[in-house]
Amino acid sequence: MHHSIEVKNLSYSYPDGHVALRGVSLNITPGEKVALVGPNGAGKSTLILHLNGILSGQGSVHVAGLPVIKENLGQVRARVGLVFQSPEDQLFSPTVHDDVAFGPRYQGLPEGEIRTRVEEALAVVGMQDYAQRVSHHLSVGEKKRISIATVLSMKPEVLVLDEPTSGLDPRARRSLIQLLDDLDLTMLVSTHDMHLVSELFPRTVVMDEGRVVADGPTGTLLADEALLRAHGLEAPD
Amino acid sequence: MHVHFLDPYIQADSLVHRLDARPKLVLAIAFILTTALTPNGAWAVFILLLALILAVELLSEIGVVYVLKRSMLAIPFVLAAFPLIFTVDGPALFSFNLGAWELTASQPGLERFVSIALKSWISVQAAIVLASTTPFPDLLVAMRAVKVPRLLVSIFALMWRYLFVLADETLRLMRARAARSGHSDSPGLKPGGSLAWRAQVTGGMAGSLFVRAIERSDRIYMAMVSRGYDGEVRAAPSPRLGATNWIILACGLAVLLLLLMFGLILTYASLH
Amino acid sequence: MHYSIAPMHIPDGFLSVFVSILMWIASILVVSYALRRVKADLDERQAPLMGVLAAAIFAGQMLNFVVAGGTSGHLMGAAIATILLGPWAATLVMTTVVGVQALIFQDGGLLALGANIFNMAVIGVTVAYFTYQTVQRLAGGKRWGIFVGGFLAAWLSIEIAALATGLELALSGTSPANIAIPAMGGIHAIIGIGEGLITVGALALIYATRPDLLHASEGPQKTEKLAILVGLLLALLLAIASPLASARPDGLEWVAEQKGFLEAAQSPLYQIIPDYAFPGISHQAAATILAGILGTLFVFGVALLVAYTRRKRQSPGS
Repeated sequence: MHHSIEVKNLSYSYPDGHVALRGVSLNITPGEKVALVGPNGAGKSTLILHLNGILSGQGSVHVAGLPVIKENLGQVRARVGLVFQSPEDQLFSPTVHDDVAFGPRYQGLPEGEIRTRVEEALAVVGMQDYAQRVSHHLSVGEKKRISIATVLSMKPEVLVLDEPTSGLDPRARRSLIQLLDDLDLTMLVSTHDMHLVSELFPRTVVMDEGRVVADGPTGTLLADEALLRAHGLEAPD
Repeated sequence: MHVHFLDPYIQADSLVHRLDARPKLVLAIAFILTTALTPNGAWAVFILLLALILAVELLSEIGVVYVLKRSMLAIPFVLAAFPLIFTVDGPALFSFNLGAWELTASQPGLERFVSIALKSWISVQAAIVLASTTPFPDLLVAMRAVKVPRLLVSIFALMWRYLFVLADETLRLMRARAARSGHSDSPGLKPGGSLAWRAQVTGGMAGSLFVRAIERSDRIYMAMVSRGYDGEVRAAPSPRLGATNWIILACGLAVLLLLLMFGLILTYASLH
Repeated sequence: MHYSIAPMHIPDGFLSVFVSILMWIASILVVSYALRRVKADLDERQAPLMGVLAAAIFAGQMLNFVVAGGTSGHLMGAAIATILLGPWAATLVMTTVVGVQALIFQDGGLLALGANIFNMAVIGVTVAYFTYQTVQRLAGGKRWGIFVGGFLAAWLSIEIAALATGLELALSGTSPANIAIPAMGGIHAIIGIGEGLITVGALALIYATRPDLLHASEGPQKTEKLAILVGLLLALLLAIASPLASARPDGLEWVAEQKGFLEAAQSPLYQIIPDYAFPGISHQAAATILAGILGTLFVFGVALLVAYTRRKRQSPGS
């Protein structure tokens, strides 16, 4: 049984010289739900982009048992679903149906199967009636749920989300948290929302300045005030 | 996750950087014009022009290697002139067979081809130095100085301002697409969809970019109106050019004129 | 580090000065007219709208889709700009796109900029406008007119602009007409399909999200008959001239050689300068070697000067 995510000693510098990751190591077992926290610039988003090969640095990354290298990118991307922070740039098709169908269609699945996948994915995020709607006109909360559906339709093994609750009003946020709670997938979520962390994620990884500075049970980490303060975090009250 | 690489301006405090953008633009264009007017085959002049631009590159402290690497971008277009070697009449150099045709390379043809390649390579270096040593806002001032109309300059300015924002959006769109471009494990399934579908999706991305750009421009317009914009584009008057700048401009133009004369004399004196 | 789109941006060195200046004059005339029309027709939103859309087209040109193996298709954008903004504003938008590409990214030369602007911002836009308007008229306002019109406008805008590029190269004596024109025309006939498909995709999304944007260009103001006429004329001109030129490359060679004729006409001037006044200069080889030595010394001299001043600047308190 492989790890869902296995990162060994990953380092990465951007072309302009900025060092974003310094020897990051991380293991996530199937079924785990892990939160990734840290101040802006800690390298959380950079790390996430390595998980499906959009960026590639020194060190090794394995996802769902596959090494994330050029030859495997196709399969890797089918197994790890990445949902980015801004839904604007993820909904690039005219209708909701088209966006959710993109993944399965790219994979070459038959039309009937594509339709089924879209219906199932939309049902999971509670947006069954939205298939023919125009993505552009939806609210931020609705767009975020559709963005998750666009990735669920590929039936990934692992779900990685970057700031899922940012920009949402309390009601939309509540329903998104419910959605994530009901999803039975291995999950890695990068977030500033500490309430979300304490509610849904038994394990938390803290990053700062390109390194993993803490990795353990959420309860323990959130009780460690010195740790939180040192890395620009606040405990939920 | 910014598209920093789009901005070619390299910070430094060299003489070239300190030269005002207006004489810089004029000199760059004069240099390219001189190169273009130099007759084909005037190798001595090409060498001197190359030496001149290399010297400027050294003075600008942006790195000769950097400029030379960037200058390679224009090289592929050289293929367009390649046939000249074989189609221009003149004393033959060598010939070979290509299938059913016999191709004969002529000396004038080769001369013309090499001249075009050299001219192109030398000219693009001047353009690179200009772009790398002049912040874009200064180039806008230079444009006004050479009488580019105000409305056009303001379109350039707004385009530049939002270029990076939109390039960022485009990058994120492409990443989002890549993230959902997975290969199924089932054998016999061909990934990628049809070509037409891929083009359609890309078009949709472009369309979404355009719609959001137009809506963003509405918000920009509202912000401008809130600050008194009434349709007339006004800009601050450009500062006067100091004496140093005028001297450098005059000397530069004089040198180029001399090189041009030299080239013409070289070519036509040798015809006698 | 810029993505080079279709091989249509002519770098410096490939066009003769004569052709370059001719195209500059043509571009300046059309762009000046476009400026006047835009100021008269559009309301105050003009500058922000055109600026941001220019940025969007530039960014949109970065988008690609895989065609086959390592090749990918891109967007040029003249057609979509024309459909969204009308011909005159689109001319200005494309002018800035092509201008920034040349100035900042060296995608296209500075002297050749006049020709590149004319090819992409004038020919590309007017041909797209004429095609789109015609197909729309034929469709009688039905929806298919938008998409078929968009596809054809995009394809033709690329194809005719490519023919013009080939013609300019041939007129400059850089590329024989019977190779340049068919090559440009042939390659871009394929590339144009990519442009057409992306344009249709963009129109589909715009139609779904903001259909009002598509009707903006044919609003209450009259259809731009002048732009239609120019587009039609340019398309016809190039469609006729190109095969003619390809069939008789000597004809264009003759034109290019007129430049040589002009130069030869100047040579009596140099007979005034007696040979002995510039001994050795009439020997090409000697002059070249001399230039090589001088040039190298000059560059080394400058390099030393730069290194010296840098050291002086770095040494503390001098």
